[in-house]
Amino acid sequence: MKEPLLEVKGITKKFGNLLANNDVSFNVNKGEIVGLIGPNGAGKTTLFNCITGMYKTDGGQVFFRGRDITNMAPDRICKQGLTRTFQIVKTIKELTVRENVMTGAFLHTNRLKEAEEVADEILELTNLREKAEQPGNSLTIADRKRLEIARVLATRPEMLMLDEAMAGLNQTEIREAMELCLKIKREGITLLIVEHIMEAIMPISDRIVVLNAGEKLIEDKPDIVANNDEVIKAYLGEGYHAKSKKY
Amino acid sequence: MNKKKILFILLIVIALLPLAIKSNNFRHIMILFVLFAGLGEAWNIITGYAGQTSFGHAAFFGIGAYTSAVFVWKFGILPWYGLLAGGIIALVVASIVSYPAFKLSGHYFAIATLAIGEIILQVFVSWDYVAGATGIMIPMKERGLLNMQFHPRNKLAYFYIIFALFVFVLIITYLVESSKMGFYLKTIRESHEAARALGINTTRYKLYAMGISAFLTAILGGFYAQYVMYIDPFMVFPLSISMQIVLLTVLGGLGNIFGPIIGAAILIPLSQYTRIIFGGTGMGLDLIIFGLLVVVIACYQPHGLVGLIQNIRQKGVEEDERTPARG
Repeated sequence: MKEPLLEVKGITKKFGNLLANNDVSFNVNKGEIVGLIGPNGAGKTTLFNCITGMYKTDGGQVFFRGRDITNMAPDRICKQGLTRTFQIVKTIKELTVRENVMTGAFLHTNRLKEAEEVADEILELTNLREKAEQPGNSLTIADRKRLEIARVLATRPEMLMLDEAMAGLNQTEIREAMELCLKIKREGITLLIVEHIMEAIMPISDRIVVLNAGEKLIEDKPDIVANNDEVIKAYLGEGYHAKSKKY
Repeated sequence: MNKKKILFILLIVIALLPLAIKSNNFRHIMILFVLFAGLGEAWNIITGYAGQTSFGHAAFFGIGAYTSAVFVWKFGILPWYGLLAGGIIALVVASIVSYPAFKLSGHYFAIATLAIGEIILQVFVSWDYVAGATGIMIPMKERGLLNMQFHPRNKLAYFYIIFALFVFVLIITYLVESSKMGFYLKTIRESHEAARALGINTTRYKLYAMGISAFLTAILGGFYAQYVMYIDPFMVFPLSISMQIVLLTVLGGLGNIFGPIIGAAILIPLSQYTRIIFGGTGMGLDLIIFGLLVVVIACYQPHGLVGLIQNIRQKGVEEDERTPARG
């Protein structure tokens, strides 16, 4: 179980003088759910973009299944079995839900029929089956986020990276999204999840990586991370943290 | 009724109209209508489906026209080979100029295509081998389908040639739209990033789309040269041709197989009849009216007339569903 699937080694990314990621290293093991958290502007999305080839890194390396994928084109990385969703959903409005999922399924087939079958399978898994015929733009935000996940699942990834898949959802929807993540894990797909909602990310993650100001603060089990002084400080700031200790 | 059936019925109507109405003028308008509908379909592949706005399609139209004209005029080769060769040359030119242009996104790509169109026009104006600005007169040959010449001007024959080419363009468009490629192009239109995260090589698929689009545009350009029998650079390369293709497709409906047909059915008769009614003084009046229509459509119905029709039909369906519920 402990073999690393994704190895991030010393990733550095600069935007002008701003150091968005500074020497970030961590591993994700096969079959795990790893949560990537941190305050706004900590560099989580930048790190995602560096890993998946959307940005060229200024230093460091990324290995996936032991292969160097640093700065490889995103579509080639996807073909290796590593893909992602985006913070802002990119549903194809004119296509139906099923057709949206088919765009992912075409990675492994040229045949319409086969892509349709894969799509239906994924729709079943993601509980979108009843909405298969609806146009993409008729969905609620929760379903759109679900559809984003379904679409990348159709590329049959070995590992999936979710960028704030639960932002803007209500309590019930968050619960459903958490269940979906666990379901995906049971399918044998490794997950790296960026999330702001702590109640959602903490219970489902095997490990948590905390980023702050572009650097890795800590990497450990959720309960240990939640009680870490540094982490609380990073989130709440010095002043509030001091007060909280009084209680 | 599904899309295929509607399209089929529409094609039969278009094919029969020139038989029913025996005016030469009407047949000429029908030829231009089908020609421009075809050009709109071809343009739709790169702009409607793949979302890469091209303002330079006159370049491919002109390349097609010149190739088939030069083939007959210089070498005496049958125009049909010229059509094919024109398509292939346009495909190659399109690939070469688009590859760097695809590095640009959004508006910058559109501006690049505009510039490329103008550059190619200037090249042909000053190119002695193709008679520069003087233009090429296609020599008279024995009449018949092989030479694509039917004197005294038998418009009906020309109509059925362009109609066949149009059907060919439609088949290609249909195949593109309903295959893996169509799905990929629509994903690219929505978002390059999302497309790449799905393993789509965006540059490659955009090149495919541009190549097919240029190929079809050039074939139609080749027909145009054979039909009018005289071409010069200002006839086949002007910005106004690129713009007419853009406008009629936008009016009809971008990214929809019916869009260019509806758009051309309005623009072409409009421009021909305003010319008949107002003569030389009415020059450009058609485009003023058409421009207004496009502005109105763009404001109220971004999906063009096709979108409008779909909305009306959808409302009808919803009402139908409500009625039995009440009873």
